[in-house]
Amino acid sequence: MRLELRGITKRFGDDAGGVVANDHIDLVVEPGEIHALLGENGAGKSTLMNVLYGLYQPDSGEIVLDGTARRFRGPGDAIAAGVGMVHQHFMLVPVLTVAENVMLGRERTRSPRALGLLDRRRARRDVVELSDRYGLRVDPDARVGDLPVGVQQRVEIIKALARDADVLILDEPTAVLTPQEIDELTGVMRSLRDDGKSIVFITHKLKEVRSVADRITVIRRGRVVGAAGPATAESELASMMVGRTVALGVDRAPATPGEPVLRVDGLVVLDEAGRRAVDGVSFQVRAGEILAVAGVQGNGQTELTEALLGLRRPASGSVRLDGRELVGRSPREVLRAGVGYVPEDRQRDGLITDFTVAENLVLDSRDTPPFGTALTMNTAQVRRAALARVAEFDIRTSSVDAPAGTLSGGNQQKLVVARELSRSLRLLVASQPTRGVDVGAMGFIHARIVAERDRGTPVVLVSSELDEVLALADRIAVMYRGRVVGMLPAGAPRDTIGLMMAGVEQDAAYARAEQSPTELTQLDGAAVPAGEGEP
Amino acid sequence: MTDLAGTAEPGSVAPAGPHDARAGGGGPPAPGRPPLARALVDAVLRGNSAVVTALAILLALVVGALLIALSDTEVVTRLGYFFSAPGDTFSRSWFDIRTAYAALFSGAIVNPSDVSAAVHGQGSVSAVFGPISETIVTATPLICGGLSVSLAFRAGLFNIGGEGQVIAGALAAGYVGFAVSLPPVLHLVVAVAAGIAGGALWGFLAGWLKARTGAHEVITTIMLNYVAGNLLLYLLGTAAFQRPGRPDPISFVVHPNARLPHLAGPSLRLHLGIVLALAAAVFVWWLLSRSTLGFELRAVGSNPDAARTAGMSVGRGYAVAMLLAGGLAGLAGVDQALGTAYTLTPGVSANIGFDAITVALLGRASPLGTVLAGLLFGALRAGGVAMQAQTGVSIEMVTVLQSLIVILIAAPPLVRAIFRLRGPRAGGETVAVARGWGG
Repeated sequence: MRLELRGITKRFGDDAGGVVANDHIDLVVEPGEIHALLGENGAGKSTLMNVLYGLYQPDSGEIVLDGTARRFRGPGDAIAAGVGMVHQHFMLVPVLTVAENVMLGRERTRSPRALGLLDRRRARRDVVELSDRYGLRVDPDARVGDLPVGVQQRVEIIKALARDADVLILDEPTAVLTPQEIDELTGVMRSLRDDGKSIVFITHKLKEVRSVADRITVIRRGRVVGAAGPATAESELASMMVGRTVALGVDRAPATPGEPVLRVDGLVVLDEAGRRAVDGVSFQVRAGEILAVAGVQGNGQTELTEALLGLRRPASGSVRLDGRELVGRSPREVLRAGVGYVPEDRQRDGLITDFTVAENLVLDSRDTPPFGTALTMNTAQVRRAALARVAEFDIRTSSVDAPAGTLSGGNQQKLVVARELSRSLRLLVASQPTRGVDVGAMGFIHARIVAERDRGTPVVLVSSELDEVLALADRIAVMYRGRVVGMLPAGAPRDTIGLMMAGVEQDAAYARAEQSPTELTQLDGAAVPAGEGEP
Repeated sequence: MTDLAGTAEPGSVAPAGPHDARAGGGGPPAPGRPPLARALVDAVLRGNSAVVTALAILLALVVGALLIALSDTEVVTRLGYFFSAPGDTFSRSWFDIRTAYAALFSGAIVNPSDVSAAVHGQGSVSAVFGPISETIVTATPLICGGLSVSLAFRAGLFNIGGEGQVIAGALAAGYVGFAVSLPPVLHLVVAVAAGIAGGALWGFLAGWLKARTGAHEVITTIMLNYVAGNLLLYLLGTAAFQRPGRPDPISFVVHPNARLPHLAGPSLRLHLGIVLALAAAVFVWWLLSRSTLGFELRAVGSNPDAARTAGMSVGRGYAVAMLLAGGLAGLAGVDQALGTAYTLTPGVSANIGFDAITVALLGRASPLGTVLAGLLFGALRAGGVAMQAQTGVSIEMVTVLQSLIVILIAAPPLVRAIFRLRGPRAGGETVAVARGWGG
């Protein structure tokens, strides 16, 4: 189906002072095309797709499918017209099977005589048929909650296809996948394209765009700022996205590690269900080095960092900072010992969104001079310091008195980083420090982390973004099912890390990575000669 | 340094498109919907403008007027022949409403006939201030109780236990008031302190239980209400409390030294309690906006996870918040025992603990708002007594008004729909921020 968006405009807020999330956006997606919509967080990609999916009504402009203008009053209309969407946060019922999830919302029953019993057999058959046709490997009888994220995503795609989608919107589909899973997804996308489907692929990741898209439309601040082909250089795409030249990658000197500062020995941490989420992990981090903990989300990284911070009590093992045992100490004592912490979920653990920016900057130092004493706080000092931090860390806010919740994701993250780096640290634990952050803020945060390392602070960086791990790590610990399955040097091949993240052993991972490199790695390799001249 | 306007831009206001890439189904479970109590607290703390509050009060008075008319049998009789003579119904209804609300006003604020009498030298000046005095006396414990609920709200707690804490405060204050004998000022100070401590203890129990075991404060405070109520009943039957020669459960009379002194002469009931209540309001304001402890309490109330990550003790926050909230409710009990009744009876709490919830809701959990809401409800109560005496409209009408106001406050969209106000802008303040960096 040929999809055309003509002059789509969507505003939020009051007529006069509102925000234009989409400003006369034109977009054409041909049948049998993978069309990437590239833009930073908040550029208006999701708004545009929500308009297309009927979740928002455009203020002006029209949606044209195969030459007919359509109006979608809700997702139901969009689905009926053949538009399917795979959301970034999956809309699946974990306790149901794959087949049940696929039939959800359009449950077919057997003949009326059968008392309206659900036609499960038919649902199963649909799933099997679609998964064979497009290479979407999935077991129709598996419980969705038991499936890895990559497979759940396939279920979402099947769900859309089972509703006869001809236009498929994939919203940041690669955010949670390993390189090998990404390869599998791109394979699926290609076979869908070859079958004549139109695919809109929303992302902010440059490498993936180049590997899979047929055409690229770049959106910035609600406007289409350009179109490009897959051959366009990454740096060029990045500057289109951000609106200025950006340096990709981090400028950093090799580490000059000193003495070991943090020693973790035989750490075992249980999760809420009593499983060994961290299963006997040991490592050391030296002064002035960044140890990256790589792994697919949910392999114990969260529990590991919480145990380091005293937020979760380990079942056994020890964590020593400068020789002092941290296990058994309260979070407050751990913070006082000089540990800085950037939590993985800033909204939940890092910020109090109804507190002001200034208040959030002193969450952990509220009772230490000059900000306050045990009894009172010095609001003037808090504000003054906040003004300085906001300038230093380039936090974009209307005022230091604005609630932190009004900041964009990237600025909220800078706020957390600013707070943690404002104290003098003996250890920095940063968990997913650039999640949901735009390219500009990402570079900034990376540079600050490297600067902290260069000041001699040991850094534990937990990230499920391989690009981030590769850009920052001096050593890489790969975590899989609660164990550190390998300790790799900086510059270890992407595919090897990816395979180890999926549970392949170190030696086998090296061998297999060599034999069958993924597309992203091939792009890495190709980028070397072209990228040498760049800053 | 860099042009990052892209970070504060349109899409960030889109409610359905958070680009925060949290892991999908396989990752940690997304935080579920907030518990009911917190959702309610959120709804009350945000999104209510002064306009909505004023309109809610107005609307409640309109609905109240309808009820006043319909509760008159004469109006109902005339409704029977409404279509032949509609004027009859309207004139009678109008008469009912006018006299009832006039009585309400003159009982709560000032009675014009008393003023003219005083001007012509026939009445006393204190009669002129009688209604205001009654309003303030009625409002005093409501303000204290409202502050208690407000403070707990700000720490993320729903204190349904005001009733029990008022009783505990009244018990302690009253007992010290009649059982010991101390010199004038000292006796009052000790009795007031005892009352505050009694309420604080009662509140602390609930907070401590929540901190220690996670027991929900809504459940524990309700249960502690029963415990306090029955403890009071039991004690009023013991020799230490029961007034000799009385068959009914009533205590000794509080010693004059321990009574809250009258502020405007013996003919008006206005007593020192209002000064204590206003001082408490100032204290709560200072606590919440200036003190380190208040910062922690608010942090725990807004986001316990982030508070804990920042090294605060969430459990301690709950316990302290309930201790303080209990103390404030205890002060309301002090007003009852030492300010007006001078004795303890089973009804000493006079439902203040529950009315306090409505006061805090109307006051949007802010100290100033709570004071104003307490005064409004105090006025309604004081006026209601006069209304019942003069026009036969039941004082329960005041409870209806009070409830209507709170229902309308709790549902701002309803008020907006009725008055066709524009809703809060999508994205609220985010819009302003985005505009600030639009360049």
